[in-house]
Amino acid sequence: MDKIGVLVTHKPLPYLEQELTRRGCRLFRLWESPESCRLEFCRENSSEIRAIVGNSNFGADAATIDALPKLEIVASFSVGLDKVDLPKCKERGIRVTNTPDVLTDDVADLAIGLTISVMRRIPSADKYARSGAWKKGEYTLTTRFSGKRVGILGLGRIGLAIAKRAEAFDCPISYYSRSEKPHPNYTYYSTPVDLASNCDILVVACALTEETRHIVNRAVIDALGPKGVLINIGRGPHVDEPELVAALVEGRLGGAGLDVFENEPHVPEELFALDNVVLVPHVASATIETRTAMADLVLGNLEAHFLKKPLLTAVV
Amino acid sequence: MATTTCTTNTPKIEEKPKVLVLQRINAYFEGVLSPHFDLIKADESSLPIPAFLSTHCRHIRALLVMAPIGTFGSSLLDQLPSLGLIACTSAGVNHIDVDACRKRSVAVTNAGEMFTPDAADHTVGLLVDVLRRVVMADRYVRNGSWMLIGDYPLGSKVSGKRVGIVGLGSIGSHVAKRLTAFGCPISYFSRAPKPNYPSYTYFPNVLDLARESDVLILSCALTDETRNIINRDVMIALGKDGVIINVGRGALIDEPELVRCLKEGVIGGAGLDVFVNEPEVPEELTHMENVVLSDHRAVTTPESFKNVLELAIANLDAFFSGKPVLSPVSC
Repeated sequence: MDKIGVLVTHKPLPYLEQELTRRGCRLFRLWESPESCRLEFCRENSSEIRAIVGNSNFGADAATIDALPKLEIVASFSVGLDKVDLPKCKERGIRVTNTPDVLTDDVADLAIGLTISVMRRIPSADKYARSGAWKKGEYTLTTRFSGKRVGILGLGRIGLAIAKRAEAFDCPISYYSRSEKPHPNYTYYSTPVDLASNCDILVVACALTEETRHIVNRAVIDALGPKGVLINIGRGPHVDEPELVAALVEGRLGGAGLDVFENEPHVPEELFALDNVVLVPHVASATIETRTAMADLVLGNLEAHFLKKPLLTAVV
Repeated sequence: MATTTCTTNTPKIEEKPKVLVLQRINAYFEGVLSPHFDLIKADESSLPIPAFLSTHCRHIRALLVMAPIGTFGSSLLDQLPSLGLIACTSAGVNHIDVDACRKRSVAVTNAGEMFTPDAADHTVGLLVDVLRRVVMADRYVRNGSWMLIGDYPLGSKVSGKRVGIVGLGSIGSHVAKRLTAFGCPISYFSRAPKPNYPSYTYFPNVLDLARESDVLILSCALTDETRNIINRDVMIALGKDGVIINVGRGALIDEPELVRCLKEGVIGGAGLDVFVNEPEVPEELTHMENVVLSDHRAVTTPESFKNVLELAIANLDAFFSGKPVLSPVSC
């Protein structure tokens, strides 16, 4: 990949940066420009940029693609492609790859971990145990996770991995999907509200598209109810965030474990005082092992493209 | 001959069996138990315990012990000559001198498997939270650092980690089932291999188990053999990326040594629900970011308590009816 110009939209894993450089790529670090100057930065370097390495925060929108006439491939450091203008890429003949499968386990692990952390109040237990306020013989009652009904929005790779783990906790599994899937052990519901009405824990695990934006809305939150728990490891815009915040603050929803937010890194401050929520900064794939595997997929896809070989994980 | 009859002429009400309670009993427990039993509450008497026992408890046949605090041994048993059963609502019975009970033919019952699902769930929760840094990441968000500083440091993958379970009893086997679904290969140390679990690898000692594991789960009873079973050698064998999760009893681990090993980076992290001298938590732990601590809450859910109380009632009923108890402690 000698001398190939690669626009990197976000501060990359050191391993990825080293490998791109080692293979001779010329890196253009978009995140180092202030937001208002980024399009200009693209235009200034457009004669060289043939590839973009994007992520879940900044992929390749229409304006960026238009500013880069030599762009051939967008290799996203993510599985979600909601930040890539796919129709435009298709129109321009630009290839698009993502990082499926390698992050499935991490995301599913975190979904279950967040669920237990919310229901058993682990962050506040930790704070209490460190505080010196713990008195002999005192205990705090929290709710059992095992056996609770788990409802999954989207039964793709990640949804199935979550289901597999939850089954080991004897949780009955139900799901909503665009169409019913061949999983006779899992109960299908044809609308998100029906799913929410029939589960104790609702997990968002579908792709973000125009159809799934705000799939968790006021009606779904009401259906989930004051004992229900919402877990979002999808995308912030899956959930109507102001409605979610109001429901949590007012006690109309039992709890939430959130890895993603509508406007990261902004997190609604009203949530900070609540001990029935667990908030993490978009870390569902954030382990050394997985990020290295994701980097290898990005490198593999880029290399395959420039060597005119079949791409590893092409979406377009 | 005329006999004096009671003017109210009420039918004879069968007396509820008497059950002695030496600890303070909370309203919920009392509410569930008192319809079935006449609770003799020592802490409501103005008499000191020895006087209370000798005055009121010579005929007491059953004792209810709730919190696993204090010691229940020979000196107490000597003051309860009619005792036949100690019914515990905890899983652990290290606070009961089970040998002394056996010598006096006093049965001891515990919570059986009623706490198992919650204990297993909490174990998995602690493990994910340690490896994926959930508690610290939650703090990072709440104190505004995500906005100010940027991305949080990477954690470590849970799926596929080699899990070593110390004590493959009820809780250990439930943890194994859950972590198997995370793709974790399971090994264990136990007094003897368990033929029911052929897919789990048996190790004859904890040191070998630690050497071949990334994570050690402590889910065994506290006995003379298991006290300080996790010592420095075991922690060195576990290694610098290794994690210990303890939902058993604090004294399973050499606690000062654990603190040293965490400080020195001999092991990578720990999730602890129990401590040697609760509610005291070693001060140095309270400043560490690679640990997750909780206040002995692995089993405190309404679901568990309801089940445990039902089991206690069933044990007491069986005992008072001369039938075998349901959850005797195996020695």
